[in-house]
Amino acid sequence: METILEILGVIFISIGAAFLLLGSIGILRMPDVYSRLQAGTKASTLGTLGMLLGIGFFEPAWFLKIFIIMIFVILSNPISSHSIARGSCRSGIKPKLKETVNAYRDAMESCEESIKKDDK
Amino acid sequence: MEATNKISKFLFTWIVVFLVWLAFTSTFNIVEVITGIIVSFIIAIFNFGYFTNMGLKSFSPMRVLYFFQYNAVFLVALVKSNLNVARIVLSPKLPINTGIVEFETKLESDFAKMVLANSITLTPGTFTIDFVDSTFYIHWLDVKVTDPEEVYREIAEPFEKILLKIFN
Amino acid sequence: MELFFEIILGVVSLALILSFIRFIKGPTASDRVVALDTMSVTFISVLVLLGHMFNRFIYIDVSLVYAVLGFIGVLIIARYLEGGI
Repeated sequence: METILEILGVIFISIGAAFLLLGSIGILRMPDVYSRLQAGTKASTLGTLGMLLGIGFFEPAWFLKIFIIMIFVILSNPISSHSIARGSCRSGIKPKLKETVNAYRDAMESCEESIKKDDK
Repeated sequence: MEATNKISKFLFTWIVVFLVWLAFTSTFNIVEVITGIIVSFIIAIFNFGYFTNMGLKSFSPMRVLYFFQYNAVFLVALVKSNLNVARIVLSPKLPINTGIVEFETKLESDFAKMVLANSITLTPGTFTIDFVDSTFYIHWLDVKVTDPEEVYREIAEPFEKILLKIFN
Repeated sequence: MELFFEIILGVVSLALILSFIRFIKGPTASDRVVALDTMSVTFISVLVLLGHMFNRFIYIDVSLVYAVLGFIGVLIIARYLEGGI
């Protein structure tokens, strides 16, 4: 029984570490802030979940507390990255787009509009 | 009506705070449990107004079932999105075609919108930048369609179908 | 088993170093905040891993507090970028 748990733990920890590494490579390689956020958020969320779950298999007594940390990471990680994206959108950093999609211009305009609306 | 609503909100808050207490202490020692009941009672008195809108109705069995279904859909999407990011990051030429698209959501409550935004952020290639009223602005790594209705069908529909059942 | 955990610690440290390069290079403030966010989430799993290697339960509590503080810190910096404070 214990060996099965340990094998599962090894698998999950390896997956988690691999995704954490991929996320950092993504942050280093992507061209602009928004693409970097995409790579960083997704990979670091699944990576951290995998690592925590794997260590939970090794130490079953700690599992409840590790589970709380997992729920907190799932809830908090997307929120912090939305607020970074919104902040950089409103402080005027324009995304680098290969083919300019129409909604881009509208979205930026309405971004400015929403700033005006907040100022009122 | 008003009073029963308040009581149900209060009971919901009390139960949730007490469950969190149990998970934190992770013991069933009688002293710890009684302390937890008292402490969560005090916390619930001061916080139930902000904590929930629905009260005890949140525990109805259908909602719990849909909640588990939602989690299954969400986990599959999370794993898929990570494989997608891995494929993009490891390929030497960075095959991305980014753009910002928009769509309208049918959800009404703020909490449901937050859950939808979080799920979109963690699914393949898409990322919520902002939402104003009921319009979402999505940063998309690989733009396929730009018309708002098609975008809605492509990105939000699998989640929103279940969320509409949970929150309405 | 010891060797496995040491290798994993090495891989995660490499991830931290790569994010730190972006933190130093980043042309705008937003890039630095993105790198900081990823580093703080990665560090949670480093702390839990260290807790398992040293067999100390207290590291889990530390990582929980670290998660909350990192989240609040990133939120405040994002708010500052937006011009709210």
